[in-house]
Amino acid sequence: MCGNARLSRRKSFAKGPPHYLPGRGSATTTIDIMKQLSTPRLDQCIGCHSCALACARLVHKKGSWHCAGIRIRSAGGLSTGFTASRCLSCDPPPCAAVCPTGALTPRRGGGVVVRKGSCIRCGACVAACPVDGIATDHFGDIYICIHCGLCVPFCPQNCLEMVDGDAAGEVR
Amino acid sequence: MNGKEFRVMVVDLASGKGRLEVLPGRDLVIGGSGLAALLYRQYGKPDLSWDDPQQPLIFAIGPLTGLFPLMSKTVCSFKSNYHGEYTESHAGGRSALALAFAGFDALVLVGRAPRLSSLLVASRSLELREVSFLKGLDCDAAGKLLRTTYPGGSGHRSILRIGPAGELGSAMACITVDTYRHFGRMGGGAAMGAKNLKAIVIHGDSALDLPEGKAYARLYQELYGKVTSTEMMRKYHNLGTAANLQALNDISSLPWNNLQRTSDAAIATISGERFADAALLRNGACGGCPVGCIHIGFFREKMADNRYHFHQVAYDYEPIFAVGTMLGVTDVFDVLRIIEAVEKVGLDVMSAGVALAWATEASERGLISDRETLTPLRFGDAAAYRQAAWQLGSGASPFYRLLGQGTLRAAAQYGGADFACVLGQEMAGYATGELFFAAQTLGFRHSHLDTGAYGYDQKNSQRDVDRAVDFLIDDEPGRALLTSMVACLFARAVYDNETLARCLEAVGHGELAATLPETAERIRRLRWLVRASTGFAPQNFSIPKRFFTVSTWKGAVDAGYLDAIKEEYGRRIVALIAAGANEWR
Repeated sequence: MCGNARLSRRKSFAKGPPHYLPGRGSATTTIDIMKQLSTPRLDQCIGCHSCALACARLVHKKGSWHCAGIRIRSAGGLSTGFTASRCLSCDPPPCAAVCPTGALTPRRGGGVVVRKGSCIRCGACVAACPVDGIATDHFGDIYICIHCGLCVPFCPQNCLEMVDGDAAGEVR
Repeated sequence: MNGKEFRVMVVDLASGKGRLEVLPGRDLVIGGSGLAALLYRQYGKPDLSWDDPQQPLIFAIGPLTGLFPLMSKTVCSFKSNYHGEYTESHAGGRSALALAFAGFDALVLVGRAPRLSSLLVASRSLELREVSFLKGLDCDAAGKLLRTTYPGGSGHRSILRIGPAGELGSAMACITVDTYRHFGRMGGGAAMGAKNLKAIVIHGDSALDLPEGKAYARLYQELYGKVTSTEMMRKYHNLGTAANLQALNDISSLPWNNLQRTSDAAIATISGERFADAALLRNGACGGCPVGCIHIGFFREKMADNRYHFHQVAYDYEPIFAVGTMLGVTDVFDVLRIIEAVEKVGLDVMSAGVALAWATEASERGLISDRETLTPLRFGDAAAYRQAAWQLGSGASPFYRLLGQGTLRAAAQYGGADFACVLGQEMAGYATGELFFAAQTLGFRHSHLDTGAYGYDQKNSQRDVDRAVDFLIDDEPGRALLTSMVACLFARAVYDNETLARCLEAVGHGELAATLPETAERIRRLRWLVRASTGFAPQNFSIPKRFFTVSTWKGAVDAGYLDAIKEEYGRRIVALIAAGANEWR
């Protein structure tokens, strides 16, 4: 357990949700906009779902482990560990390319900016995502990581981290 | 889910059809343990046999499930074939959150499926499927096939299944939850097997609405900080409960070799530290719990040359005591091998270990022979116990089938009741003294977690009957409250009544928050009333002589004190039942 590391990160997000969350109008740039969520230490995951629950609770105002931008899955049973389904910040993002209404637009540095009010629930983005990064619920609403970092301090195992886009080592 | 009324999915396994019931009573029983008892009153048949198809198998969660850290347990209740009375068993894994996010406060199963079946429950799905191909499969193999049979939903579903022991009707059969957790005690696996139900898949594929405003999220963060950033829960994710091995051995309270002694120098080879150093592979967590108390160990087996295969087995204090010290097995990898064998066949590890310890001593004394045990049993012979575990769970001989109904059942036929380590059911691993022996014997679940008796024994050497029984009576309602929320009891230091009230208020249950002490007492009495309706009486349970020969840090057990506690505790429980009958008439 890395208590000190968790505390320091918690402080860094103590200011609350960024104002560019879904349903809060269009994105405006903040210093965090280039940061990306990464999972550099997912091998430490214990499968508690705290990250997904935090995203659902704080970003989407739901109690759920599915309606979230990051979702933890067991990789073929609990004996083989866990994977995280989430946006890997493609640049350019194929989901935005197929969005017919502009609800998803490319985010500077990779990933997308979400304008929830423009989403017509067509599901095209879900199909276009190559990494199962977008979830959809029974009503067709979509859940995609907006790289806000609110989940990070809720990981008890220090699996998650916000990094600069060019340091993510993931899809570019 | 989580409204003022209960959303209960009632499934008739005979027809495969379900109906959604919306029931009042949240203000009376909260959920979890209270709800399970309420549902047994509605759907249970106290006068019918445990395996009558009409008997319900109930799974219930609470108003805080999934909404706060460590609110991660499910209560399973049923009429037990171990003692023929109403009981509860609790488990975590992903079961609680899966049920919550499927949108139900409880799942009630009645009827009997025509053929061996599995049940899928989700927010928009209900399907009973024939799975004859799973017949006789162990819990591990069944789990793998079920994941193939039900593709999709990985990580967001809970898979409950039984092994051969449950299909056979062993009173020690458990329900395995998500590989590493179990509704272990009192034969829940048999209750499921009696319904021809091999597995239940619960898919938490929906979401709960959360309250407006920031108060709820702030409280969540505060509690999350408490359980992850303070020392409060460190014991559970560090060495885990296995730390108890050394601690209890040090105070002569660790059962060894069928409780023939309570301390042994061999503890050095089987302590929590030893497990962590040699065999701990990783930690795991129940859904919604950031503590991660699940300790998963490993062992590897050599086939030939340098070809190996490895196995992962969860360990805790209780399984280690039951198939380790109780059986005289002191190698950590051997302990894990036996735990795996017991869990694969679908037996509760605590019950099976204690039963095999009795069988070993009965063998030593010549009461039984290899004809009964098939495998010669000797304390410390791990290979024999691996075989015997499977033989016990699969009912490989008439002796094992009888032993699977309870150690005292076997002792009634073969002799040896004096040294059967049974306190209502096979003992938990706390030879701490008189209060624990009486408390487990008469406890609601016959669990060491019914009350804090084992802690009381470790702190009190005086022999004051009234004070000791007052402690049991006063301690129970708080635990009943927690198991109605439904919290993991490891979190009892976090969730005091004031905190529970804040949680309830934050998620729109302010009316419950205002009456917690009265409600806790009401739930306690209701549970006992329901149990009494199925035949409970204190005189149904006695304490074998072995427990009167134990020496702990306090010295030899005081027989008069033990008898007096049991008698007084029984009298007080009967009074609770009478009060409950008056309240719930």
